[in-house]
Amino acid sequence: MPSNSNSNHRDVDYVFRVGGEGGEGVISTGEMLTQTLARAGYDIYTFRTYPAEIKGGHANYQVRASGKVLLSYGAAVDVLLAFNQEAYDKHIGDVRAGGVVLYDSDSFTAAARESLIYYPVPLTSLATEKIGVKLTKNIVALGVLGQLFDIPLPTFEHLLKERFGRKGETVVQKNLQALHVGAEYIAHQRKQDAILLGPGPRQTKSLILSGNESLCLGAIAVGCRVYAGYPITPASDIMEFLAKELPKLGGFVVQTEDEIAAIGAVLGASFAGAKAMTATSGPGFSLMTEMMGLGVVAEIPAVIVNVQRVGPSTGMPTKTEQGDLYLACYGGHGNCPRIVMALTSVEDCFYGIMRAFNMAEQFQLPVVVLSDASLGHRKATVPVPDLSRVPVIERRKPSLEELVNYKRYQYTPEHVSPMSVPGVSGGGYIAEGLEHDETGYPAASNHENHLRATNKRYGKFHAVEQMANELTRIYGEPHPEIGIIGWGSTEGVIREAVQLAQEKGYSVGALHPKILYPQPLAKLTEFLQGTKAVIIPEVNYSGQFATLLRKRFAYDFVQLNKCIGLPFTPKEILDKIEEVAAHVHSGRRSSAYAAKL
Amino acid sequence: MSTAVDAQAPTPQSYKTDEHPIWCPGCGDFGVLDSLYKSLAGAKVDPKNLVVVSGIGCSGRTPGFIKSYGFHSVHGRVLPVALGVKLANPSLTVIGVGGDGDGFAIGGGHIPHAARRNMDMTYIIMDNSTYGLTKGQYSPTSPVGFQAGSTPYGNIEQPLNPIAMLISYGASFVGQGYSGKPRELADLISRAMAHPGFAFVNVISPCITFYNTYKAIPPRLTELPADHDPSDQAKAFALALHTDRLPLGVFYQSRRPTFEEGVAEVIKKAQASGRPRLEEIFAEFS
Ligand SMILES: Cc1ncc(C[n+]2csc(CCOP(=O)(O)OP(=O)(O)O)c2C)c(N)n1
Ligand code: SF4
Repeated sequence: MPSNSNSNHRDVDYVFRVGGEGGEGVISTGEMLTQTLARAGYDIYTFRTYPAEIKGGHANYQVRASGKVLLSYGAAVDVLLAFNQEAYDKHIGDVRAGGVVLYDSDSFTAAARESLIYYPVPLTSLATEKIGVKLTKNIVALGVLGQLFDIPLPTFEHLLKERFGRKGETVVQKNLQALHVGAEYIAHQRKQDAILLGPGPRQTKSLILSGNESLCLGAIAVGCRVYAGYPITPASDIMEFLAKELPKLGGFVVQTEDEIAAIGAVLGASFAGAKAMTATSGPGFSLMTEMMGLGVVAEIPAVIVNVQRVGPSTGMPTKTEQGDLYLACYGGHGNCPRIVMALTSVEDCFYGIMRAFNMAEQFQLPVVVLSDASLGHRKATVPVPDLSRVPVIERRKPSLEELVNYKRYQYTPEHVSPMSVPGVSGGGYIAEGLEHDETGYPAASNHENHLRATNKRYGKFHAVEQMANELTRIYGEPHPEIGIIGWGSTEGVIREAVQLAQEKGYSVGALHPKILYPQPLAKLTEFLQGTKAVIIPEVNYSGQFATLLRKRFAYDFVQLNKCIGLPFTPKEILDKIEEVAAHVHSGRRSSAYAAKL
Repeated sequence: MSTAVDAQAPTPQSYKTDEHPIWCPGCGDFGVLDSLYKSLAGAKVDPKNLVVVSGIGCSGRTPGFIKSYGFHSVHGRVLPVALGVKLANPSLTVIGVGGDGDGFAIGGGHIPHAARRNMDMTYIIMDNSTYGLTKGQYSPTSPVGFQAGSTPYGNIEQPLNPIAMLISYGASFVGQGYSGKPRELADLISRAMAHPGFAFVNVISPCITFYNTYKAIPPRLTELPADHDPSDQAKAFALALHTDRLPLGVFYQSRRPTFEEGVAEVIKKAQASGRPRLEEIFAEFS
């Protein structure tokens, strides 16, 4: 058994998966493993699929740990920990050749496959006989993992003390014992595999956050103090997180009677001077569209988060999709310029939501922030946030001179007017959903005024588009032969695919905007020039971003759509790159791959 | 906006804006507006701390006629917007106004929750038993048999009873007024504004153009019994069920914690061990 480990573990890159009966601690076992790996100095990237059942059913939790920055949940599984036969049957096919299977031999006997390494461990009887508590089998399993793969046991111990400290010393001791029972047991078995981790390379402190948690911290950091929302998977945990934290800072969360009320309260709160937001998923977002238009025409800063799930209608509530882009950009009636941005990684959830609030305040309009189930619920290691990266912006307030004959919707060169808040003397006005003139006075029959006012509202887009260009990232080659354009949570997996393709010698580069509406036209134009083909991977059926881009560019984009409620793997994108490259190089550049710029 | 309101001695006139009401001459809403001016002056409300939130309808235009901060929102959403205003700044005086369609039809889903929450605001429904702005269709309070554009053979749906509904939802102040009795109405609105909590005022406010009830309403108006005890919820509810008569005044009033008081309590609880710094919150996730 290893006791020593070498010091450089940059090459470590393993996928662990835990599977078993829901409600038996599978998820918390996965979480503890994740937290320990992260604290031990590894980058982590989790992935889990949820059963639709509330209780019971099959549960699993996957974590990839690496000495390098992780961009995707990985490919094949290196280590499978199966608590029962169902977990084994479900996941065995995903284990790579030479991979390791650890299983509870009290629960079942695995029909061993030749290419795999097996460690049957009597987890249940070790727990019941040595500890006297059946559920400590999870901790016994962690001890086995720790000892076998040299994941530092003291880090596990520290975590157990933290997690069970509140339940008293006896519980802590039982869990520590369970950890050592597992370690002890496996220490006496022959190690057949070569997986060894030891302490990871990262020295700096980092946080372990889900996308939704990261988003909440960013919202708090930028000054959000009012949240209104209605429960919906996969956004509810945002409301629950903020319900706990905002009151500590003098803010409040209200659970409204529906999503219309939620966005209504957000607009009311923002009108009265607070930074406010709501978060929902597809069904709730659909209900919000009328109010979003009110926010646009009355020019009220507001942040609306949509953690997308599979639609339409109730769809697949726990599964991921990028299906709400059309609705985000065009939902609602009338000519209705709002900003749509998409969060790209767990870390970006923090800074992205800060930028969303900043843009809402700066441009006085609703900002729709698209996340999705896969991003909202996966955990990753994130460097401790650096607040200086996104300085906080507040809305433009009227000066004393501007308060004399105050015009709330005054025309200005930047198309943003001074916004007073209740309590300010001389600043009274009507936040008006009817078409109105500069004072806010309704002008529902003035034809020319409507054009002027619409111009004003769209005029804000000039500056936003600049920002969209600045916030667009390019990975791989800046002027590639094969381009990829992605949005939202696919950033990491696309980056990984690009790296893999570059290693294979392809000329590939990816463009990834953060603001999707208005679009970063300058950056897109520059990127498209010189490409021979451009792939647009999206986790949806119809290619919503591709469709929006076709409106702006006469370019025959190649769509890569995945519509099974799961995120892409790097290989799926790599395969597409290779397929398209083969076409381009064979000279069979059918019109499907021709740039028509 | 024109002349400033003298915060020490405001007059009803001083709350008028330059915007002239677009209402039809004889519309009941004029009476409601006048009463509101009086109540505001009586309570010496400083316009800078007053927010009037409205929905869509003829009645929804009210904020434009009152010197204040106003929010002319969308159809049926007065109460959510008011909730947000109160969350952001509990010290503001908030008055919600809208029609019976706005409040009881499209916005009806918000009323029970506003009543439960008990935020400190006044909600005035200008009840003309028709949809004024969309030209006279039947509304949730139109009587059976009501004939108009969408009910050419007469309305077959029973009208709802706003007073009974609000009492049963647990609103902490429920009153009824008539636009044709502006002095009494101003008294009622003043009492509603003084009430700490969600104060609901149903104002019968005839639509002279599409459903002229100026002759039909007055004979049905009556006073609440002199010995009526507004803290008696069951009695108030029983009185509300006699819809052949339309008693004016305060049916029901009780003092219970407001939403704002609840919010303050929660914040106190959450801050029991001080207000955390951002880094401390971050540290929970290391
Ligand atoms: C979502 C939506 N549906 C319909 C309308 C059209 N609409 C405007 S006002 C109104 C009803 C007006 O009746 P009421 O609320 O009783 O107010 P009144 O005009 O009688 O004061 C309707 C249906 C709208 N503005 N918005
Ligand atoms: S239509 Fe009826 S409710 Fe509307 S302003 Fe005229 S009288 Fe008043």
